[in-house]
Formats: sequence, structure tokens, C-alpha cells
Amino acid sequence: MIASGPALEARNLAKRFDGVRAVDGVSFAVRRGELFGFLGPNGAGKTTTINLFTGLARPDSGSVSIDGIDCLRDPRAAQARIGVVPDESNLYPELTGFDNLCFCGALYGLGKAIRKKRGAELLETFGLAAAGERKFAGYSRGMKRRLAIAAGLIHRPEILFLDEPTTGIDVAGARAIRSLIDGLRREGTTVFLTTHYIEEAERLCDRVAFVVAGRIAALDSVERFVQPELARHVLRISCRGLGGNTAEELAGGFPDFEFRVPAAGEIRVEADRPLPVGPLVRFLEDRSAEVTEAVRVRPSLEDVFVRLTGLEAAAMAKEKKGGGR
Amino acid sequence: MKSWIAFWNILLKDMRSYYLKPPNISWGLIFPLAWTSMFFIRSGLGLDSVPALLPGVMGISILFGTTSMLAVTVTFEKKGRSFERLLLAPIRLETLMLAKTAGAILFGTANAFVPVAMAAIISGLPGVGWGALVPAVVLIAVSSTFLGLFIAVAVSEVFEAQTFSNFFRFPMIFLCGLFFPIDRLPVFLRPISYLLPLTYGVDIIRGAVEGPSRLSPALNFSLLALFCLALFLASLRNINRKWIL
Repeated sequence: MIASGPALEARNLAKRFDGVRAVDGVSFAVRRGELFGFLGPNGAGKTTTINLFTGLARPDSGSVSIDGIDCLRDPRAAQARIGVVPDESNLYPELTGFDNLCFCGALYGLGKAIRKKRGAELLETFGLAAAGERKFAGYSRGMKRRLAIAAGLIHRPEILFLDEPTTGIDVAGARAIRSLIDGLRREGTTVFLTTHYIEEAERLCDRVAFVVAGRIAALDSVERFVQPELARHVLRISCRGLGGNTAEELAGGFPDFEFRVPAAGEIRVEADRPLPVGPLVRFLEDRSAEVTEAVRVRPSLEDVFVRLTGLEAAAMAKEKKGGGR
Repeated sequence: MKSWIAFWNILLKDMRSYYLKPPNISWGLIFPLAWTSMFFIRSGLGLDSVPALLPGVMGISILFGTTSMLAVTVTFEKKGRSFERLLLAPIRLETLMLAKTAGAILFGTANAFVPVAMAAIISGLPGVGWGALVPAVVLIAVSSTFLGLFIAVAVSEVFEAQTFSNFFRFPMIFLCGLFFPIDRLPVFLRPISYLLPLTYGVDIIRGAVEGPSRLSPALNFSLLALFCLALFLASLRNINRKWIL
């Protein structure tokens, strides 16, 4: 039993599918008790990375270890230490919620009495006690997600992989799941969380890695990522009747500021000094645009993500349909 | 890790979720009953036809009973991704697949004894060598189940599994000596008969029910066991290659 060292470690991990580099030389370590976020758009290699750790895929090169155990050399010992919540709630539709939990416990060798006790406790903790005897097929999407997380915890793993836990869940459901994840972190569980919702990672994670096209673009603590951004001044201007080249015109008129158009009818202005709202609004109105709102914005992890990866966070979040935020 | 707990619970879940469902119980009973009745009536030989027909009916009942179920318990769960749960569990792949196939083996074995029960009621089955018949039934069930597993792993859709199964099953009815002696097959077809595990299983049953088998029981049992091992190992290899990417 190895008690020191990282909970999870990947070294020069690489995996190709049909010639496409899904994971391309990824290295990182997750500390014990840490909530580590793996952020990126669809196809960035998040789920493949999880599969490489959990035994559902084998790397072309590099190594992965869990609790110091080489996942390739001793996959069963590594699997015994982890809980996995896949991106799809893939429990058994014909079984009840309670029976699903007991079955998952049995897969990890838990005796009948322990399975039943923990199953009942988890249903209570996850707010599913009243639905415990209902078949999984009849659960709502949020309930299915909560039960899938409970199933990943039935054998009390010290390390939990959560793949897109709130995708497709309504706002209330997503909040409940985030609260449960936060609770796990406080109890000392190491959590590896993949998500494309940046605000979720900012709210929950200790450290995050931005992953794009199979590579880690940046990795640091949320605080250290956001801190330099806080010195920046950001203004979001909403307006109607914007011309196609307004951003270029603004950049010409205000060369010290940075302008972006993240969505139609919206301009984002950034600078290292306080932003003069009046001249900006007048500039736009002189070009027949109707300014409806100008709001100062607190810089966030999303700004860091956009700056480092060049990807628009909003577009990334829209990739997954039905995601209620 | 107590693998036996996982093994037992996978088997128990499959039995409850699939094999003990009313449609499967009725299928397991009606199918062998229908085959037995059909051949018994068709032969027109009365009670004398029972020993000649029983090995074939038993063989066909096991073959269809086992191979049909694997398409559901493996292909369906793979498609619905619940099979991933099993692959993520800290149990050896061999143990996992034995647990997933154990239900089909039991189902196929039970299927085989429906015509045996009927035959026992009709003729009393005097002089049957139970010591050879029972292990032969189990080994046929194992080999047919592993054939079903091999097919289930090779495809991704349930309907593909059923179609692919028929590609093997229907020729086996004619080629394995179930109802037509292999000696009466065209010469060019006979080598194919000896490439199919059911040939050896049915030969053992025929020896136990009707009289001496064509090949020695030891050779039949050995070859049947070898087929079981080969099909299981080939299936594991395919799972490793295709499902653990």
C-alpha cells in the first residue's frame, strides 16, 4: 500500500484512434484529496484520459498510475481503488435504484449486509430514498445522474472519476450534484472531474487543466489562474445594430483596449486600466448602434481559458445539447 | 477482492433480468416441446423413434437456447453501455465472462432436459447411460454458449448477433448428425461436420441413448472440451482487442 505520492499520475500519455491523436503526450499528477478539473471541448481527450486510467483503454505510449499502482501492470488493483461515474448514466434500467447500488457493491466484493446498509445510506444522502424501490428506467435525468454518482461511491473509493457529471441536467439538478461533489471533496475524496462548463470548474476545483486537441494547454490552481485576471478591467456592452467590422473600428479608435465579439450583439472590452464607458458608448452610437447595456464584469476562469486556448467558452458549452446551466 | 461475490451476483442478476422472465421460460419449454413433438409425429415409428430422435432434439434445444440468449445478455448490455460497469470492476476478464455466460449454460442445460423428461414419460428411457449423457449435455451447453459469446463479441447490434448466429446454427442442424447421420452426408461436407463442436456432443448423447457412439467417448469429450476452451479464449481475445480500446 502506497500512502504517499500523487493519487493519480499520467506521464507522456498518448492514444490515437484511427490516426487521430485523442491524447497527445499528456503529463499531470493529482494530489490526494484534491478536486482536479479537466476542462476542454468535446473531442479534447477528456473521456479518453479517464478510460486510460480506469482500464477501458490502453495507451499507445506513456504510463498511468493510481495510488502508485501501474494501471497497465496491475489493472485490477488499480480498479479496486477507484470509483467511476461515466458520462452516461449506464446503470441497469430493469433494476430498482436500490438494487442497482447493491449490484454495483457486489462487483467490488462487498458482502450482502454491507451492500444493503451502504445502498440505503447513499439513497438517503443523494435524496433518492423515496425512489429507491422504483426502477432506474423511470428515473428523471437528474435522478439517474445522482444514482450513477452514488453507484460510483458504494465501495467507498478514495479516488472518484466524474465524467461530465452535470451535462444535460436542469439547473436545480446541476446545483444538487455540485453540492454533492463539494461534499465529497470536504470528506477527503480525490476527485478527477471532466467538464466543459468552466464556471462549474471554477466553483468546485482546486486545480484545473485546460485540455485542447489532446494536449494540456495550461495547468494551475484556479486561484493562480484567476489572480492576474483580477487586475484586468472588463466591460460587456450589449447593443443592437452592430456592424460586421465594429470590433476592428473600436480597436482603431481605442488602441489601448482589447475588443472581442463573443456573441451576436455583444462586445467585450478589456484593458489594464479603468475603462471609460461614455466614450465607448458614444463611439458605438455614432455608428448607428443602439447600446442597451454596459456592465463591468469580474474576470473569471473563463477569461483565462479563452486567452490561453483561443476557444470561446460559450460555444464550447453549447456543444453538448440539453445542458441546463 | 472476493471475486465469487461478483460472479454470483452477475449470474443472479442475469437470471432474474433475462432467463427467469416468463417469455424465456415459455420459450425454453415450448421450443424443445415443439421440436420433440414434431419429429416424433413425423417419424411415424411410435415409441421406437424416441432413442433415435432424442439426441438431435436435445442438441438443437441447447444450441438455440444458449446462442439466442448471449445476443441479449452481452450485445444488448454492450450497446447500452451497462457492460462498461462490469469492465470497470476489479475482477478478471475470465471471471467476468464466465459469470456472464453461466446463466446461458444453465438455461441451455435446462432446455436439454425438457425433451429428456418428455421421452422419459413416453418410453421410460431404459438403458440410458446417464454418466455420459449429463456431462455431454453440460459440455454442449458450454460450447454452444461460448459460440454465442464469440458471435456476440464480434458484432455490435442485437439483430446482427441473431443473424450471425443463424449463419452457424442452421447449417449445424444438418451437419452435426442431429437428424441425418454424418455418413450419409456428401463426402465434401463431412470435413465441415468435424469442425463443429456439436458433432462430438451429439455423438456422445447418441452413444448414451442409442448404443455405441461413432467416435470413442474419451475423444468426443476431449474434442468438445477443446472447442470450449478455444471459443472462450478467442472471445476473450476479441473483447480485449475490440472493447478495451
